[in-house]
Amino acid sequence: MNSTSRVALSEPVGDEVRKTTCYMCACRCGINVHIKDGKIRYIEGNRDHPVNRGVLCAKGSAGIMQHYAPARLRAPLKRVGPRGSGEFQEISWDEALGIATGWLDGVRQSDPKKLAFFTGRDQSQSLTGFWAQQFGTPNYAAHGGFCSVNMAAAGIMTIGGAFWEFGAPDWDRTKLFIMFGVAEDHDSNPLKMGIAKVKKNGARFVSVNPVRTGYSAVADNWIGIRPGTDGLLILAVVHELLKARKIDVDYLMRYSNAPWLVVDAPGTAEHGLFARDVEGRELVFETVTERIVPRGTVGARPALSGRYMLGDGRFAVPSFQLLAEKYLHTKYAPEAVAGEIGVAVDVIRGLAAEIARVAFDEAIYIDQPWTDMNGERHESFVGRPVSFHAMRGLSAHSNGFQTARALHMLQVLIGAVDCPGAFRFEPPYPKPVEAHPTPHGKAEHFGSNKPLSGPHLGFPRGPEDLLIDADGKPTRLDKAFSWDAPVSVHGLMHMVISNAHAGDPYPIDVLFLYMANMAWNSSMNTAGVIKMLEDKDPETGEYRIPKIIYSDAYASEMVAYADLVLPDTTYLERHDCISMLDRPISEPDAVQDAIRWPVVEPDRDVRGFQTVLLDLGARLKLPGFVDHRGRALYSDYADYIVRHERRPGIGPLAGFRGPNGDRVGRGAANPDQLKRYIENGSFFSAHIPLEAQFFKHANKAYHDFAVRMGFFDTPQPVTFQLYQETLQKFRLSAEGLREPVAPETHRKRILDTFDPLPFWYRPFEEEIVDRQTYPYHAITQRPAAMYHSWGSMNAWLRQIHTKNPLYVPGPICDELGLVDGDWVFLTSHHGRIKVEIARMEAVNSSTIWTWNAIGKREGAWALDRDSPEARKGFLMNHLINELLPPKGDGMRWSNSDPITGQAAWYDLRVRIEKAEPAELSEPRFAPVSEPGRPAKKPNELRYGQEWAK
Amino acid sequence: MTLLPAQPTPKKLGLVIDLDVCVGCHACVVSCKEWNTGGYGSALSDQDPYGAEVSGAWLNRVHTFEVIPEGAEIVGEAGEARIVHFPKSCLHCEDAPCVTVCPTGASYKRAEDGIVLVDENMCIGCGLCAWACPYGAREMDLAAGVMKKCTLCIDRIYNETIDEVDRVPSCVRTCPANARHYGDLADPSSAVSIMVAERGGMDLMPEQETLPVNKYLPPRPRKPLADSAHRLPLAETTDGAKGFFAWLDGVLDRI
Repeated sequence: MNSTSRVALSEPVGDEVRKTTCYMCACRCGINVHIKDGKIRYIEGNRDHPVNRGVLCAKGSAGIMQHYAPARLRAPLKRVGPRGSGEFQEISWDEALGIATGWLDGVRQSDPKKLAFFTGRDQSQSLTGFWAQQFGTPNYAAHGGFCSVNMAAAGIMTIGGAFWEFGAPDWDRTKLFIMFGVAEDHDSNPLKMGIAKVKKNGARFVSVNPVRTGYSAVADNWIGIRPGTDGLLILAVVHELLKARKIDVDYLMRYSNAPWLVVDAPGTAEHGLFARDVEGRELVFETVTERIVPRGTVGARPALSGRYMLGDGRFAVPSFQLLAEKYLHTKYAPEAVAGEIGVAVDVIRGLAAEIARVAFDEAIYIDQPWTDMNGERHESFVGRPVSFHAMRGLSAHSNGFQTARALHMLQVLIGAVDCPGAFRFEPPYPKPVEAHPTPHGKAEHFGSNKPLSGPHLGFPRGPEDLLIDADGKPTRLDKAFSWDAPVSVHGLMHMVISNAHAGDPYPIDVLFLYMANMAWNSSMNTAGVIKMLEDKDPETGEYRIPKIIYSDAYASEMVAYADLVLPDTTYLERHDCISMLDRPISEPDAVQDAIRWPVVEPDRDVRGFQTVLLDLGARLKLPGFVDHRGRALYSDYADYIVRHERRPGIGPLAGFRGPNGDRVGRGAANPDQLKRYIENGSFFSAHIPLEAQFFKHANKAYHDFAVRMGFFDTPQPVTFQLYQETLQKFRLSAEGLREPVAPETHRKRILDTFDPLPFWYRPFEEEIVDRQTYPYHAITQRPAAMYHSWGSMNAWLRQIHTKNPLYVPGPICDELGLVDGDWVFLTSHHGRIKVEIARMEAVNSSTIWTWNAIGKREGAWALDRDSPEARKGFLMNHLINELLPPKGDGMRWSNSDPITGQAAWYDLRVRIEKAEPAELSEPRFAPVSEPGRPAKKPNELRYGQEWAK
Repeated sequence: MTLLPAQPTPKKLGLVIDLDVCVGCHACVVSCKEWNTGGYGSALSDQDPYGAEVSGAWLNRVHTFEVIPEGAEIVGEAGEARIVHFPKSCLHCEDAPCVTVCPTGASYKRAEDGIVLVDENMCIGCGLCAWACPYGAREMDLAAGVMKKCTLCIDRIYNETIDEVDRVPSCVRTCPANARHYGDLADPSSAVSIMVAERGGMDLMPEQETLPVNKYLPPRPRKPLADSAHRLPLAETTDGAKGFFAWLDGVLDRI
């Protein structure tokens, strides 16, 4: 039989390919969307795209099912039943925007802080933040506070940039890649591509993670650490490196504040701060002339140890002296920490040995002369090819800020920041703290009918920048930038609903949320939060949180709690910009941003949220959204992307600027800009000259480039802040030595945790609860097929993870006689869940875990009520409270990092007991109705059958 | 009973799957589904897609195993436990029992390239091939009532309407970890054959004597960290920081 005749081999894939940017998670890959007969035939990675180079993950390929999901909202909704019932009436956009404008205008005229605007899975923060600033409320943030602010704050405050998506390992050159606390991450495809390269190149890949899933599974070495103890492991490695003298002294001297002199004058307001000259320049001790000179003095050879008298008779020591003394202490020896972290001494020492060997014995050199910010010429770039990546496993603990600081300190000590083979910055990073704004939201920063006087979020330089009133009370609803969490640079979204409900520090009128499932998996204490959203003031009969506006594309659990729902489009129907003003898609060697555009038209009455926000801004006549006659400045988001200028010549997109589209970074608005992006595959890339590609923190050619591109108006070099003076300022306030003085209630906490040098302390929950009563850790991970995805109801993805078992370590199973399919009670100080288990060996023996955000509320997400997600799926959130248990000091502290306010999801301690077999996980919640008209849900899908050959 | 082509076929097109780098992300699984649901033959249907008994036809699945290999590394405190992510699809066997068992001739192996296909027009949905396949690599499409299996994206690899670089199976093109490779395993000089030779590529269940074309590359050897512990230079004689600072002064003098 001639088999070739039996198959059609050369059919065109579709009628047209439209190139846009994926939004199935935060990775922002380029995609080719093949359109056939007006429908989506096939989505594949764009080979030319710098992020994914053609590959695409499971979520990206499942975009078809996301787009056609029955869970999609169809029209604006007005609540008609009680909150939580899911009973809504579909209304017109005119009516919806009229209602929203009425509510918001009232607030803006009377008391703008009564609007709290918080966004979840937002990729347009430069717009949403700008809108909130022009509205004038101090209460705006995105979801960083419950995501990974520890990572961002520690990174920026220590090295001028963070892991996240602000930098990446030098995948092609690294010889040792060490990853902490990452099951999956924003850079999901680049991580997979990178790990494959590392392994192909014969480099070693070490993964530190209590659970051996995904990436850890292919690691050469898996360190199954006990949750919350990573900082101690890192400091033990630092101890070993110092003892072995395996540090890069030249690098430290040039690029860090190691030589800066720290005033040693206990009991004074300057103790522990840097010594400065009259011009405010930090001082160092010059060893040849034996004089104290400003840092950066040409030709100076600064001391890294010793004790020196300053001009005013006080003494000071180089900060490195304090650092070395601290970590050479035997309390950081592997033998001293092995028990606490649950890792063998030889493994710790072996890790230190490999870091030392690769950094110094396998150094690499790129023969490219370059000039540093001091004007000194270097013949080559020296690479210490040890690279790190870290994320939520480090940061979602109440000691996460100091732990992330410890990791960055380790990078600097071995000279492995932005050099060949190491972690490298992605423009516009690095960026020193001084180039970031301070936070705005003090009483004098806002008022009736006027914009906030500056950006909401920023970096406090000291207690003087806190957003507090004269009595020390918070001025923001989430209490960000207050004594509770002074460096909460991303806000505290996880505290918004509970604070608004309690009217502490004040009640609000309108809660406005975008794409944040706060009534389910994005809140701690989910059942409690649901009650708060439903709770009414018995005197007035009004909801405690009177008005809730919510925008989402899907019938998530949160929709049922909104009074007004603004239905968003899918990512394939909208304009977006992945902007240099926000979180671009740059790579270490290139400046890059991207767009989305409507590759298919909406088939229903939905609008892109950003266009709606611009419309609301115009209706409210917010400055920046209307002209002097009160007419809307922008017709829609696409128009804003092209014409908005944040500074003259600087807009949301860096590419194809100027009248001819040939200007990069700075340039006049170009009406054809979006067309040019689309022709280019929906992204823009400008390569950094080789001379400027490394040592960006101190590279003159890079800073000239950055100024040309418009990242900065003047060069902004970064000196790595191993010793963190800002933290010391807070300690001085806590000692009563510096204004504003910290309140008595907060002094001990600040003194205990604001060490200017990284250190480790036990996570708060573990410290407070009885370790015998709650002997185990409980954590969550998100599976690669659903990471950061708004789509676990997706018909294809849910077949991969339909329910989430509780994974229990083998030894615990043996002790309790548990086998797969048994049911258990898992109990914390706050709550109890009843769930089904599965045994697992490749996990830290004191760590119980599950996949997050698979469990659904019955009726939500247009899934059948008897779906496994609702029957057996569950959330760990029910065990986690937004407040720590009382510890006898009369305070109920937030379950957060004391410095940044990062939600301490992974501090959870539990006990486990066998339960009777069951069919339903607990707790149970009343089912929600589908919002609006019930979706048509097929009993069977045969997607693409019309194209069958 | 259906006859296999004369052995061996001049080309043996197939996949090489690298278990050293497969992170189990399921990218290949979903990409396969979306290509093939609109491609060769009838759609890959899903039953009860938003309900309790959701299931569907997939041509490629990833299975995850926990293993404790003998004599392996001991890392951390969790002992030797490893997770293996194991993608599995039709292996396009040379001696394919799914073909010889087919009563209608619907299942066939192409003489020119060795790809095993189902001619859906001839398939009566009897399911004998699925029983005969020792790998469980065939799935019945419940909506169409025909047997579905990996086609090696035959409507991609010979498709002259797409760029040459893209004429590879969808799973290979999409794999972010570069764990999937496609080529001619009959040609010893092909990239996949060289990879198999260098990395010790293996047959799945060779005792079944099906002569699978697809090969699996085993994990590369891993060296325990603890073996390096002794390589860290011993600290110079010192109590705490004093000796360290003396060393530091010496270093600074040399810079």
